[in-house]
Amino acid sequence: MSPNADAPAEGAPTLTDESAGLLAALQAELGDAIVEHANAFGDVVVRVKPDAWRRTAQVCKEKLGCDYLSFVAGIDWMPAPLVADEGSGDTSAPVQPRDQTYGAAGSAGRYQAFAVVESTKQKATRAILKTDVGDDLRVESWVPVYAGADWHEREAWEMYGFVFDGHPSLRHIYLPAEFEGHPLRKDYPLLAREVKPWPGLVDVEPMPGGDADEEATPAASE
Amino acid sequence: MSKVLPEPGRLPEIEVDPSAFRHLADAQVNVELDTGDMVLNIGPQHPATHGTLRLVVRLDGERVIAADPIIGYMHRGYEKLTEFRTYPQITTLINRIDWLSSFANEVPFISCAEKLMNIEAPPRAQYIRTILTELSRIATFLLFLGEMGLQVGAITPAFYGFRDREYVLNLIEAVTGGRFHPNFNRIGGLKDDLPWGFISDCRSAMHKVLESCDEFEDLVAGNPIFQARTRSIGIIPPELGAAYGVSGSNLRASGVDWDLRRDGVPYLVYNELDWKVWTHPDGDSFARYWVRLQETRESARMVLQMLDMMPAGPIMAKVPRIIKVPEGEVFVNTENPLGEMGYYVISKGATGPFRVKIRSASFSNVSILPWLLRGVYIPDIITILAGLYFILGDIDR
Repeated sequence: MSPNADAPAEGAPTLTDESAGLLAALQAELGDAIVEHANAFGDVVVRVKPDAWRRTAQVCKEKLGCDYLSFVAGIDWMPAPLVADEGSGDTSAPVQPRDQTYGAAGSAGRYQAFAVVESTKQKATRAILKTDVGDDLRVESWVPVYAGADWHEREAWEMYGFVFDGHPSLRHIYLPAEFEGHPLRKDYPLLAREVKPWPGLVDVEPMPGGDADEEATPAASE
Repeated sequence: MSKVLPEPGRLPEIEVDPSAFRHLADAQVNVELDTGDMVLNIGPQHPATHGTLRLVVRLDGERVIAADPIIGYMHRGYEKLTEFRTYPQITTLINRIDWLSSFANEVPFISCAEKLMNIEAPPRAQYIRTILTELSRIATFLLFLGEMGLQVGAITPAFYGFRDREYVLNLIEAVTGGRFHPNFNRIGGLKDDLPWGFISDCRSAMHKVLESCDEFEDLVAGNPIFQARTRSIGIIPPELGAAYGVSGSNLRASGVDWDLRRDGVPYLVYNELDWKVWTHPDGDSFARYWVRLQETRESARMVLQMLDMMPAGPIMAKVPRIIKVPEGEVFVNTENPLGEMGYYVISKGATGPFRVKIRSASFSNVSILPWLLRGVYIPDIITILAGLYFILGDIDR
């Protein structure tokens, strides 16, 4: 219940016993296919090589008892180009850092696929798995291992453009068949905001004597 | 056979006795009648699909040989929207994912932010959160218990379900001010404390819920017609269900003894309560009904326990005025009424998240439909859909 005293720099608790056991088993089974691993608040994050992605799923399901697939999804690590800079006066969205940094367990490039598998037989046993997606956007499909990956991979294909090798039928799931583009990529604009700009904090009137008398915003000079 | 048959394309010149063709017609039925597959479109607006789920089924007679659920008619792009919102604004959005149990949706997301910020809600707030989560579970399941009867043709239970759910919704409204979209959680605690008189009101409502569960057990679960319509219909094997990501009561009805409240990473105060996880070995629609019935009772008992154990104290932890969440990644999943609800939040130290992956229960629960509907008869589609119990907002996000 109490916050961890021996928290590392990120303020995260150490790996739980279950996660440490999973990590050891994964390292024994996959060997040097594991690129990096990290700790996400007690959960283990394992990044594997792209050509070991399906093998990882097989190991998790058959050897580690993680019989339950929570989800498969994608990440685009590109810094959001459409979000305004700090001090620009545009408050339509939270300001995000401009440099391209990668989260737990790192990444080789812009795109990653990640998944969570859990065990229904052991307590609190779950692993977060990641793999890099190269420029050809090809990922090994998990459908032969976890049948439920079907819809999740269709969603990732639609939202990020990942092509899952071995998937039975990659077709649109949420969006109409004639939809173009991959909406969850960071460079895809949020169309609602294009049509009608979000007023953000602009509608708050400046208070007399407040800090509203700062210099004119750079956005206004354009 | 004495009369000459008309040639095709020519009008008959003589009057023909129809009885003369009878044996020919019979022969055609037996030999040449086209029994090709028929494609039937159900939905997207169909009363049996509880929303805008479209189901394209290929039929051989009355039997389904292939089914393709088409979703996305209510896709609102929440994962995209979260990247344009701050953390407190996002709780408003996620109320609308599973709109029957909105409060339960908020808990894992708020818990993500709290973990990243290293804040812990005070014990009283944890208790109130647990009570409201269980109340929304009861409300969701009471609707199911009634509606499932409706789907097999019994209209009365539906009214009972709506009537009894009202007791619970009134309680949620008394605490949060909203019946469906409470938006009551704050990072670090809750918006308000419990209102005056809540404990006694809640206690009497829970006793009513326990009574109505008995009623549903007699009226619906014990009904021979209901059993005939739901027993051994839509059986989900446990291993396949887990591989599909089917979770919650649906998986427990297949005999998998797995409940994130007990078996997941501990959250809220479930560890302090005395309760039990219900399973059913059959895995059919009836088992899913039965498990939810027992879980409604169990939740009511849990709420009664918590009312007695409720600690005093503050309901908010110390939280900075502007919420900036430190860099990090966290995955929190909880046992929602419909199954596993999880949020994977990636923060880059801003006032809003960099990426939120929403793992909703119904999406995975419904993804087993193409397998589950294969080989069933048309009327059973309805009971299978009703028994899986999904919310379209939870599928389409």
